[in-house]
Amino acid sequence: MEKSINIKVKVWRQAGPKVKGMFETYELNNISTDASFLEMIDILNEKLVQEHKEPIAFDHDCREGICGMCSLYINGHPHGPDQAITTCQLHMRKFHDGETITIEPWRSRAFPVIKDLIVDRNAYDKIMQAGGYVNVNTGGIPDANAIPIPKPVADEAMDAASCIGCGACAAACKNGSAMLFVAAKVSQLALLPQGKIEKAARAKAMVAKMDELGFGNCTNTGACEAECPKSVSITHIARLNREYIGAKFKD
Amino acid sequence: MNDSIKIENGVFTTPVPEGPLAEKWTNYKSHQKLVNPANKRRLDIIVVGTGLAGASAAASLGELGFNVLNFCIQDSPRRAHSIAAQGGINAAKNYQNDGDSIYRLYYDTIKGGDYRAREANVYRLAEVSNDIIDQCVAQGVPFAREYGGLLDNRSFGGAQVSRTFYAKGQTGQQLLLGAYSALSRQIHKGSVKLFTRHEMLDVVLVKDKDGVERARGIIARNLITGKLERFFAHAVVIATGGYGNAFFLSTNAMASNGSAAIQCYKKGAFFANPCFAQIHPTCIPVHGDYQSKLTLMSESLRNDGRIWVPKKKEDAEALRAGKMKPTEIKDEDRDFYLERRYPAFGNLVPRDVASRAAKERCDAGFGVNNTGLAVYLDFKYAIERLGRDAVEARYGNLFQMYEKIVDENPYETPMMIFPAIHYTMGGIWVDYDLQTSIKGLFAIGEANFSDHGANRLGASALMQGLADGYFVLPYTIQNYLADQIQEPRLSTDLPEFVQAEQAVKDKITRMLNIKGKRSVDSIHKELGHVMWDNVGMARTEESLKEAMVRIKEIKKEFWSNVYIPGSSSDFNVELEKAIRLADFIEVGYLMALDGLNRNESCGGHFREEYQTAEGEALRQDDKYSYAACWLYKGEDQDPELIKEDLKYEFTIRAQRNYKS
Amino acid sequence: MWLINSSIGRKFVMSITGIALVLFLLFHGTMNFVAILSPESYNAICHFLGANWYALVGTVGLALLVVLHFTFAFILTWQNYKARGRDRYDVASSRGEVSFASKNMFVLGVIIIGFMLLHLYNFWFKMQFVEIAHKMGGDIGDLSLATDGAYYISVLFANPVYCVIYLIWLGAIWYHLTHGVWSALHTLGLNNKIWFGRIKCIGNIVATLVVLLFVAVVLHFGGQAIMNGTTDYVW
Repeated sequence: MEKSINIKVKVWRQAGPKVKGMFETYELNNISTDASFLEMIDILNEKLVQEHKEPIAFDHDCREGICGMCSLYINGHPHGPDQAITTCQLHMRKFHDGETITIEPWRSRAFPVIKDLIVDRNAYDKIMQAGGYVNVNTGGIPDANAIPIPKPVADEAMDAASCIGCGACAAACKNGSAMLFVAAKVSQLALLPQGKIEKAARAKAMVAKMDELGFGNCTNTGACEAECPKSVSITHIARLNREYIGAKFKD
Repeated sequence: MNDSIKIENGVFTTPVPEGPLAEKWTNYKSHQKLVNPANKRRLDIIVVGTGLAGASAAASLGELGFNVLNFCIQDSPRRAHSIAAQGGINAAKNYQNDGDSIYRLYYDTIKGGDYRAREANVYRLAEVSNDIIDQCVAQGVPFAREYGGLLDNRSFGGAQVSRTFYAKGQTGQQLLLGAYSALSRQIHKGSVKLFTRHEMLDVVLVKDKDGVERARGIIARNLITGKLERFFAHAVVIATGGYGNAFFLSTNAMASNGSAAIQCYKKGAFFANPCFAQIHPTCIPVHGDYQSKLTLMSESLRNDGRIWVPKKKEDAEALRAGKMKPTEIKDEDRDFYLERRYPAFGNLVPRDVASRAAKERCDAGFGVNNTGLAVYLDFKYAIERLGRDAVEARYGNLFQMYEKIVDENPYETPMMIFPAIHYTMGGIWVDYDLQTSIKGLFAIGEANFSDHGANRLGASALMQGLADGYFVLPYTIQNYLADQIQEPRLSTDLPEFVQAEQAVKDKITRMLNIKGKRSVDSIHKELGHVMWDNVGMARTEESLKEAMVRIKEIKKEFWSNVYIPGSSSDFNVELEKAIRLADFIEVGYLMALDGLNRNESCGGHFREEYQTAEGEALRQDDKYSYAACWLYKGEDQDPELIKEDLKYEFTIRAQRNYKS
Repeated sequence: MWLINSSIGRKFVMSITGIALVLFLLFHGTMNFVAILSPESYNAICHFLGANWYALVGTVGLALLVVLHFTFAFILTWQNYKARGRDRYDVASSRGEVSFASKNMFVLGVIIIGFMLLHLYNFWFKMQFVEIAHKMGGDIGDLSLATDGAYYISVLFANPVYCVIYLIWLGAIWYHLTHGVWSALHTLGLNNKIWFGRIKCIGNIVATLVVLLFVAVVLHFGGQAIMNGTTDYVW
């Protein structure tokens, strides 16, 4: 049932990439537990604007858990205390009256802060550009049903493909590793016959780009999977390792 | 102006290729002008937006060898709101052997749109639909499959065949990631240059040597630094989606906006059928005034879910008061009103019909939820029939999404749903080439006034976005560019660019200097209420007139009393929102104006004065068989109405019937 | 060289060296266990593994494995620390799914290496090293006891302090291996959805087996000393 709570929010404020940031604490009263977490920040921002202060900058867009834009590190967890959801799907009913909620940006060398809680996740795009695709042009394609794909294979590819590129994996990882993100794409395309043809080249190119961009080395802690809003499995990392090592031995 | 438009007495018809319907596109492709590979390298194309239409167009044009500059407002192309489409994508593959064909997809689409679309365009859409599925599979899109390894289909509203391809409840995501991967490939190759966190704030027109104005570039704001930047191209493609956020609460993403379209309109592009907005019947109901957006529950749920309200008013009252649970109501006391009213299509009637039927029940006092503004979507029967596991396999992620928001378990208690603004069929007017009324300016995807007429069928938005981007624009834009190969790259220091930038700068300065009392969101919410109450699911002459008055007041309020903190030379989210709101106010006004002009009910546009005895939409084909194109005439002046006459040569129009 | 330049390459080296060390531990543990059953047989093995060329090659190889494993661990940890960025999280909290061992592999490794030096001093220095020294003309330690491993075991574990120290060390090894074994296989790519649980289980069994073999020796000789009243606190 709907009720209201009073909370304190401790938010990371940082005016720009090169400026030193710090925490600010704000008090908020009568927040409906049916409100989403981001609506709570909307209310706070509205209050700040009314006080002629700068509202908190944070990334968000679709607010239904699929665009991967929202990226808040709440009380020690990317996307907050609840599991298998994004920040925008988190609701205030997960917090209790009087609680102090700490909100931080993703922290990773490859994700520099742009402003307040907004970080630059361009690195993920660069990894994708390095090889996260099948080399086909538009048109001149065989019929979609020309190559049957066993349902379990298609389903597993779909599980890997459900990655939303939010960056929670690298943000949660004590090693700052982007392996789950890279593995999800490599695994998806390595599973499907359409992507299999280039799987070795793809794995090599994407891992090389990931390493170049300053992400850490995976040590299989599994924090990425535990914090992933789409629960992408780390078994995809095993497949990436397999593809990569196999490709290197072939060389 | 686009020379295909020959206006006589405020009316024109759009030339389409010769021949029977099924041969027009083939004829076009056989006779159109092309650009040879060496010349392609010398031509620049700006694509604004990276959704299904934008990303697929940018990728395909890059593959062809053009230099593409691609812009998006988010941090990555993959964030575009196409990603949120859940249910699926239509194609006339007829893999199910259930009688589907290109013609039937064409017919369903044009009928679903209440006969307010251009025949030739819709047929082309149906024709290329099959190529899209092939293309996506080749890119590695993991569509759902049967155990035999072949592609699976589901049914969507407005069709009696199963032609919808899907990838769990995340079809839009998978298709967008497919287009994004194709785009990434071109970025890697260097044929596409990507500009993220850049918002287009104006289109730049430059007169050629014959004095014809052509789109030659854009002014974009770098959202991180706040700097205005000028970009030149031989052609500009707008793929910026719809303007549903004029309603404040909609299923659109927070940053979805109509600004690019409005800038084009203000530079002389026709804005067509702005009043055609789609209200989606299955969204999670509004729950509080702090609410920031409405969440869609996929139309695919209507495959297996049954929609009902209580038969007895006292039950509805008890449910609203929380004295009763929906599970306590017996089957015989449930009114499955869609199945009752539309036996042939049942729960799978088109969206506009389903939305109005829900509103009718709620208005009559049978609505549930504490607001009385909700109906049930019940999976009890599907679970009994198929088992919980099968239901979970089909809709698991949607159920999880619902539970996270509403905190109720839809496996045990029926979902509550209510209509919400979802998609805008109206948009920038385009001809058969997808070229707007300004030469060199193209519009694709939801941004154009599209092939959906007055109402879009489910799973057709993805189809249209990708059709435009992959298979239509890459052909038709060459028809224009073939004449432009002699044009050198222009300097962005030309007075046209400087002036356009200055105008944007002045507008921003003016906004920042208002320093009033109201936040951007508070004014936007006010606009949203006016829109929903007066330009929503049921409109009247009176409500639309009132909306126009109220929107004018809101415009005045905005330009005299908004408060925007911070400066223009910084990452300033409030300023971004303010710029978009200024344009939503314009769109809102256009919607009301267009709705008032259209004295008929069709598709998503329902005027209470024009309905059949049974409450169905009543078209006036003799008077309104046209696309209403609005031509900007200056600030504080109503635009001029120009009509594109829609000729129906191949299809017999009838009152839409989903009963039998 | 991808084994050094790429993250997966470096992890590959960690896996291979790690697995080799686990195999060595399995052998070492089994050999020690023989000491409980028959000290004479154990000494025979010790004799066999004296300053012979094959034992020396094995020893050098082993040392190389440890050095490689540790050096790569150090590099990886340093790189990973840098990858986290300059600003650290103010609040850090971990999910139950993330094991203690997986987050502390390097710390556990340092503990293991530290104790290992002590262990080398306790045994290797008095046994194989003495033999080598004598062969090279040096005169360190008691050559007559160099192959009498059973003697050294019984002397060392007569000291309860050593028993406790060794048990702590073995505890650290157990933690290290509960993550190390399955993680090594995972890094080699030998994992999938079906095998995920199984491989973790196999890892735990191997870790426990290895450690139990050693623990048995400590408890056996420590317990023997207590029962015989021969406990001795001399270092």
